[in-house]
Amino acid sequence: MKKVLLFLALVAGTFWGAVTHAAGEGIHMDPFPEARLKNFASLQNGARLFANYCLNCHSASLMRWNRLQDIGLDDRQIKDFLIFGTQKVGDVMTVAMRPADAKVWFGKAPPDLSVIARARTSFEYSGPDYLYAFLRGFYRDASTPTGWNNMASANIAMPHVLWERQGPRETTIERVVETEKGPARVVTEIDRDGNASSTTTPLSGHHEESFEVSFKPVDELRERQYDSDVADLVAYLVYMTDPSASTRSHLGVWVLLLIGVFAVAAWRLNRVYWRDVH
Amino acid sequence: MGLHKSEYKGLLGWIDARMPTMMSEYKKHMSEYYAPKNFNFWYFFGGFALVMLVLQIVTGIFLTMHYKPDARYAFESVEYIMRDVPGGWFIRYMHSTGASFFFLVVYLHMFRGLLYGSYRKPRELVWIFGCLIFLCLMGEAFFGYLLPWGQMSYWGAQVIVNLFGAIPFIGPDLAIWIRGDFVVSDATLNRFFSFHVIAIPLVLLGLVVAHVLALHDVGSNNPDGVEIKDKLDPRTGRPLDGIPFHPYYTVHDVYGLALFLLAFFAILFLAPEMGGYFLEWNNFIPADPLTTPPHIAPVWYFTPYYSVLRATTEDFMWVLAAGVAAYAILLFLVLQRAAVKYAILIVALVLVVLMIGGPLKLDPKFWGVVLMGLSVTIFFALPWIDQAPVKSMRYRPLWHLGLLVAFSVVFLILGYLGTQQPTPFSTYIAQACTLLYFAFFLLMPWWSRAGEFKPVPDRVVFAAH
Repeated sequence: MKKVLLFLALVAGTFWGAVTHAAGEGIHMDPFPEARLKNFASLQNGARLFANYCLNCHSASLMRWNRLQDIGLDDRQIKDFLIFGTQKVGDVMTVAMRPADAKVWFGKAPPDLSVIARARTSFEYSGPDYLYAFLRGFYRDASTPTGWNNMASANIAMPHVLWERQGPRETTIERVVETEKGPARVVTEIDRDGNASSTTTPLSGHHEESFEVSFKPVDELRERQYDSDVADLVAYLVYMTDPSASTRSHLGVWVLLLIGVFAVAAWRLNRVYWRDVH
Repeated sequence: MGLHKSEYKGLLGWIDARMPTMMSEYKKHMSEYYAPKNFNFWYFFGGFALVMLVLQIVTGIFLTMHYKPDARYAFESVEYIMRDVPGGWFIRYMHSTGASFFFLVVYLHMFRGLLYGSYRKPRELVWIFGCLIFLCLMGEAFFGYLLPWGQMSYWGAQVIVNLFGAIPFIGPDLAIWIRGDFVVSDATLNRFFSFHVIAIPLVLLGLVVAHVLALHDVGSNNPDGVEIKDKLDPRTGRPLDGIPFHPYYTVHDVYGLALFLLAFFAILFLAPEMGGYFLEWNNFIPADPLTTPPHIAPVWYFTPYYSVLRATTEDFMWVLAAGVAAYAILLFLVLQRAAVKYAILIVALVLVVLMIGGPLKLDPKFWGVVLMGLSVTIFFALPWIDQAPVKSMRYRPLWHLGLLVAFSVVFLILGYLGTQQPTPFSTYIAQACTLLYFAFFLLMPWWSRAGEFKPVPDRVVFAAH
């Protein structure tokens, strides 16, 4: 039911990009635009965003810089535009922040992102969809240490690193909660400056607990550009999780064709031999 | 001279004169091994299993060249193989896809055995070696699964090793002895590596040789369950319905193998994770002893047995105890020898007391382990509990086939449930399936005799291609 309602809400609100709370089943996630995976410009933009924003706290220690040749960059470009420190192109993408310090600062060391798109996949949703929802799912929340919360991953320790790119948004959080006086609907409105106001309406009858967040961007063009950037970034993360994937699927077609030809030959050979079995 | 007089010329003659075994074994197992000519689709899978074994060994050798069995580097080294070793991703995916396909073909191979009564006299030993291979294969897969050192590797091993802790008295110490530590750790990884790359494969290879030798001594069964050695050509002394394995079945199997490889490589190249069933998503998170994943599930080929384990809850013990009592009474009523009858009653009584008998009862977890073990090992009993007068399903009542299909469906349901988070409802289903699973085997001595059997032909049914 929740799923259906949510779907209707989504269709209805054209400007309201609604994605829901993470805690398990029934979350709607906008599908990650898969076409970006095949687009070098997207992947390169993703790599640039990754090196600029992610690769300060998160490492990608299984990924070598010069592997980015896969997505059309040469060593010169990698060195000049992507590596900010003293690393060589043959090094892996590590960060200077020590995990122990990170734990003190954030409560948890930021995970390595080398294979994150795979690691975040589950039977319920795909990793790319999750990441696409997650990176667009930050909202202001005064109750957390960072002042940010995320609807794809509740109470996450990570702040909204890309907030400057996304720009301000008005957020509406609608919750159905169980209170001492029975169920109630709590609607929290957060304006563009981060000021929150809540209204609580008691409900009668039985209600499932729910949690829904919707956003209204202040600058719609900027929001659209942001969504596109996030799609590129997620495409890069997906690429990085299995860099050989595109080689693999291209090669696979040829391998299957070859085996197909072999199968036909084997079938004919078999026929010839079995002709004298009566 | 001491040289054997060879019928061959040239290099082959030279070798044959010095080592006649080579050609005589080649003849015995290939060019003069007479296999029934009516093999069908189901007879491909034994050969496929052999191909998978070789593939796993060869890819395993290459993986071992780059893999580091060290808790600090294991996860990284697997990704290093995937990224930095030339062609490493191909080798690794062959190995991971190969593991699942190995089980797939072994399950189909076993299903064939049930379908055509391939375990029946005189092939009991073939079947027993086969069951031992299956056990080894499960061990091999279990030990190997720890090596990538992801979250699922780690916690899967933790859960399974902890099962040994459920054994009364010695359990906890036994679990520590297996792990070599109080939790799964570097010590565990090292010993599992050793088991995976040398100990189990050695045993496995030996058993496979025994399986094939035992088969070639008694000869292959076939879809009609007719013994082809009963009808020999009076002139040549060869089975009338037999054809030399080589070249007939070698070309036949190569053709089948080509189709099999199409499926294998389609998955390997286009969907190596197979939707999270061949490579579990959680296993791309490095092992973390401090964070238990919310949902721990073994790889698909273990999930039917895992379901049986999880189905054995506190409440289910009453049902099980009732089942044991009912089965004991059934045996008491049908068996003849008084000593055996009373022995069975006493054993059943002890079992029931240990299951539900107040202070004497053992942890349901222990019984879960027992049932899980039994669900795997009960296959050994098939040659003796199947009492049908004919081997092949072709000549048995149609409802026998129905039961076999129902059993397979139960097996698949258990398998599916094992991949999912348990809910109260799914636990009921798993419990019902567990009962049906065991009922299929335990009641087989009776149902396999019942019904109208069709006459078995003298010769195999075969239409020339």
